Amino acid sequence: MLELKDICFSRDNKNILKNVNLEIDNNKMVVITGPNGSGKSTLAKIIMGIENPDSGKIVFDGKDITNLSITERAKMGIGFAFQQPVRFKGLTVRDLIEISAGSSSIKVCDACDVLADVGLCAQEYLNREVNGGLSGGELKRIEIAMLAAKKSKLTIFDEPEAGIDLWSFNNLISVFEKMHDDIKGSIVIISHQERILNIADEIVLISNGKVEKHGPREEMLSQIFNKVKPCHKLEKNEKCNEGRA
Amino acid sequence: MDKIEKNLLKQIADIEKTPMGAYNIRENGKLSARNTTANIDIVTKKDKPGIDIIIKPNTKNESVHIPVILTQGGLNDLVYNDFYIGENADVVIVAGCGIHNSTCDTAQHDGIHTFHLAKGAKIKYIEKHYGEGEGTGERILNPQTIINLDENASMEMESVQIKGVTSTVRETYANMKKGSSLVISERIMTTGKQTAKTVFDVNLDGEDSSVHVASRSVAEDDSLQEFISNVKGNAKCFGHVECDAIIMGNGRVISDPKIEANNVDASLIHEAAIGKIAGEQLIKLMTLGLTEKEAEEQIINGFLK
Ligand SMILES: Nc1ncnc2c1ncn2[C@@H]1O[C@H](COP(=O)(O)OP(=O)(O)OP(=O)(O)O)[C@@H](O)[C@H]1O
Ligand SMILES: [Mg+2]
Repeated sequence: MLELKDICFSRDNKNILKNVNLEIDNNKMVVITGPNGSGKSTLAKIIMGIENPDSGKIVFDGKDITNLSITERAKMGIGFAFQQPVRFKGLTVRDLIEISAGSSSIKVCDACDVLADVGLCAQEYLNREVNGGLSGGELKRIEIAMLAAKKSKLTIFDEPEAGIDLWSFNNLISVFEKMHDDIKGSIVIISHQERILNIADEIVLISNGKVEKHGPREEMLSQIFNKVKPCHKLEKNEKCNEGRA
Repeated sequence: MDKIEKNLLKQIADIEKTPMGAYNIRENGKLSARNTTANIDIVTKKDKPGIDIIIKPNTKNESVHIPVILTQGGLNDLVYNDFYIGENADVVIVAGCGIHNSTCDTAQHDGIHTFHLAKGAKIKYIEKHYGEGEGTGERILNPQTIINLDENASMEMESVQIKGVTSTVRETYANMKKGSSLVISERIMTTGKQTAKTVFDVNLDGEDSSVHVASRSVAEDDSLQEFISNVKGNAKCFGHVECDAIIMGNGRVISDPKIEANNVDASLIHEAAIGKIAGEQLIKLMTLGLTEKEAEEQIINGFLK
């Protein structure tokens, strides 16, 4: 369904992604994990078209989309839930869910359903503005509800669990499972959470701008928890401290 | 009434047919239709152009529509409308002015509205301004609203100017007694070479009086907007002024807020923000399938809603 070929991306003389090759198959639940700053969000933005790679190729459903705009990719069936949801003065939760669903004719009960799935009471939230008055966790849930309403063939969630309380965690996982069953598309979740890794078909480990490993869950889990600690950043920091002392 | 006039009425007063309740429709400087009710009287002024609207104490669940429409260029229409709202009345008043100018002469309407709310009276006042027409003639609207709130009176004012007004100076003055409250929400959009200037001057004279002014505006193309507010806290009171503006193209906005605490128990806040549409807002809506243009429209429409 999605194929990244030799993607390179650098900014400010820093190589953020280095020859990334990655294939996401149809109907898969894939979790991308890796240290902070390793390039996971950047990769997601490149797939969505928010950032453009310096070199490499992106193929979606057999079509080269490297030069397509964000809008064109969204229309082809790519969706992206931001790590940091955007606030809008004036647009309500209902407006955003309608835009996500691609029509203002989404039935109120459908809009309510997607909100209920992320644990928000529709009555209370539908007409609220998506502005600074919402808490971080609420914004995050609305962001997820929008993607559930959009029903994309490929949906990327960037750290969806961040800021979601422990009690709702299981519900969140059922949202992904439900989306996966309903849409029969692929879901890519960027996450640091073991409980999210546990629902993956496949896990991709990104480290230092490269795909370090990619494989089925069981195989990957044992490797990740044995090998990758501590991450390279911590090592650097330790050296840094030594230098100062 | 022809199609143009009907559309103007719909734009400014949401009127498709004859309105319910009391109304007074002014067309090209003359009275066109009027209705009064047992509780609401409308009387033509004798000393100057305009009307007195007199609402009896305790009148509830009634409304007054007083739209003004101009379809002739070269007309400069000035009216004085006075509203007397009796004690504990609770009514809705819909005013507004629509100009259709297809000539090359200026069409202008200056409405001076004075509100006298007796003790405990409550009104919702909706005012819409709208201009259209193929002519090069200017469409000018200069509304003045003078608000006098007696003890525990409350007023909610919604003022909207979305399209087509070449130049406007909108002034609102309020004098507020003990326990009175005023909530003003303003929405303005200017395009082309239009100019809009808004002045709010509020005196919080009575103990526990409160005012909340929220202004949202969009200045597109080469238009210019100016927002001036001066809230004076002369007693234990609360005042909040919020001014948010989006600028596009070569649009310009000047925000000149002033708050003045003349009493140690006065609590006054002013917030102002001007900027173009945040890039991340556009990007978010594009990831949902909108084009950049569509995203811009959604953001502006939501902002001015
Ligand atoms: N536009 C940019 N300009 C400069 N540096 C950037 C830019 N975008 C990303 N970076 C840098 O690239 C690196 C990767 O960032 P990215 O946000 O992709 O990391 P991440 O893996 O998502 O991290 P986290 O787990 O903390 O969310 C970081 O060092 C970041 O500072
Ligand atoms: Mg990230």
